[in-house]
Amino acid sequence: MQWFDALVQGVLLGGMYAQYALGMALMFGVMKIVNVSHGDLVILLSLIGISLASKLGLGPFAVMAALVPLAVGLGWLLQKAVLNRVVGEDPLPSLIATFGLSLALQNLMLQIWSANSRSLPGGGLESRSLAFGGIHIGLLPVIVLVFAVALTWGLDLLLRRTRFGRALRAAASDVEAAAMTGINPRAVYASATAIAVGILGFAAVFQSLRSTVAPSDGGAQLIYAFEAVIIGGMGSVWGAFIGSMVLGVTQAIGFRIDPGFGVLAGHLVFLLVLATRPQGLFGRA
Amino acid sequence: MTDPVLSTHALVARYGDFQALYGVDFQIAEAEAVALIGANGAGKSTFLRAIMGLLPVAPDMVRLAGQPIGGTPTDRMVQKGIAIVPEGRRLFTGMSVEDNLRVAVDQAERLGRKGGWSLARLQQLFPILRDKARTPVQSLSGGQQQMVSIGRALLCQPRVLLCDEISLGLAPKVIREIYAALPEIRAQGTSVVLVEQDVGLAQSASDRLYCMLEGRVTLTGASGAVTREDIGRAYFGGSHAMV
Repeated sequence: MQWFDALVQGVLLGGMYAQYALGMALMFGVMKIVNVSHGDLVILLSLIGISLASKLGLGPFAVMAALVPLAVGLGWLLQKAVLNRVVGEDPLPSLIATFGLSLALQNLMLQIWSANSRSLPGGGLESRSLAFGGIHIGLLPVIVLVFAVALTWGLDLLLRRTRFGRALRAAASDVEAAAMTGINPRAVYASATAIAVGILGFAAVFQSLRSTVAPSDGGAQLIYAFEAVIIGGMGSVWGAFIGSMVLGVTQAIGFRIDPGFGVLAGHLVFLLVLATRPQGLFGRA
Repeated sequence: MTDPVLSTHALVARYGDFQALYGVDFQIAEAEAVALIGANGAGKSTFLRAIMGLLPVAPDMVRLAGQPIGGTPTDRMVQKGIAIVPEGRRLFTGMSVEDNLRVAVDQAERLGRKGGWSLARLQQLFPILRDKARTPVQSLSGGQQQMVSIGRALLCQPRVLLCDEISLGLAPKVIREIYAALPEIRAQGTSVVLVEQDVGLAQSASDRLYCMLEGRVTLTGASGAVTREDIGRAYFGGSHAMV
């Protein structure tokens, strides 16, 4: 029973990780852009959301309605102002540019919000739970998981079935050939990054509801997102979702073994996948 | 000859410090097929890339129906009606045959380009495009991949189609199959520029030809009228004979 409970909690935790990982799956997995500031963007959006809630007295879903469009705009700006200047065959320039951006964002956040941990008041949402048999499941993690599934489903459909999705996959495969087919790669990339960061708008609300956030927390979200994408397999949206589940369940089981072992267990599984199946569970060899 | 659809005027192009084209004058009329021959490194591919906006050139150096378009971004060139079958085919790997073609259909719609080519019509021209519609492009043979690449360019509904070495590395039977599509493409009113290594094939498939050597045009004339000797001289140098 205890292990079944760990499995359930792990899947729910995976729902949170999936929300970080989807944007990463799009940028790193499909576009091959390494965005080191991914986690810092989650934290930045979380802190903006918390400030909105306290200044304007907004509830969590009202914050979400404000934050997601803001995140979309931020992503578009990030691609237009920074990443479009450094995209190309070589991943190093985008890595260096976003590493610099990550440091700048962290310091900016410290300046504005100080190093204190904060969280978003959920109006009781964060403490409500549902009981199934002997297992108590928090309502919030269930909502997080539902959002994660819906976002994954939507993103997968967008990539596979729409004009935009085909154009993005084409540009990711061969930028020059894409332009020869009439695609404006920079415009497509700007929209894709807008979507990737837009998803972080959802993640930011849930992250700050379920736990506290502080300006220096971005690194952990970045690592979890990277690990989920690589475990699942580059270029696969559902792969990133499954990768998040693997990470969440491993961590939850690790926590049951020893509270200090949870996060490490996740990293160990990541290393195990990297060593035995480097293309990821759903990746093509 | 009627007014050219596409022309270049003293076209100069360079890769950094290396100058690859030294003042190329070229023109092609509607529905005409013009071959561009020359040894490796003569500047044929560079010439196509320069037209396509993949190399920086001055606006006046490339004209479409008289309008200066040189140096326009590549995606906008497609919008204006120039499409290319690039060297090495450059298909979108990881995507199916149908999705590769759909990308071109999507963009033609987005850019408002209309023309006679549809997925169905291409599948009649090259039945393999229907039989292998769901197959990832990387598992096709070279000839089949070339058909996808030509199909993708045609679905851009071009006025001018630039073909870069479409016979390279293919079996003679497959080459014949691909070149057999040329009359139907031209019947659509599309002009075709053929960069070709095989001089005999280039001569038989085109109305006129240009021979390039070291970034310059060394021979031009009606494909049926130029002799092997003329071509030999223009191809390998010695004298820069003009016909």
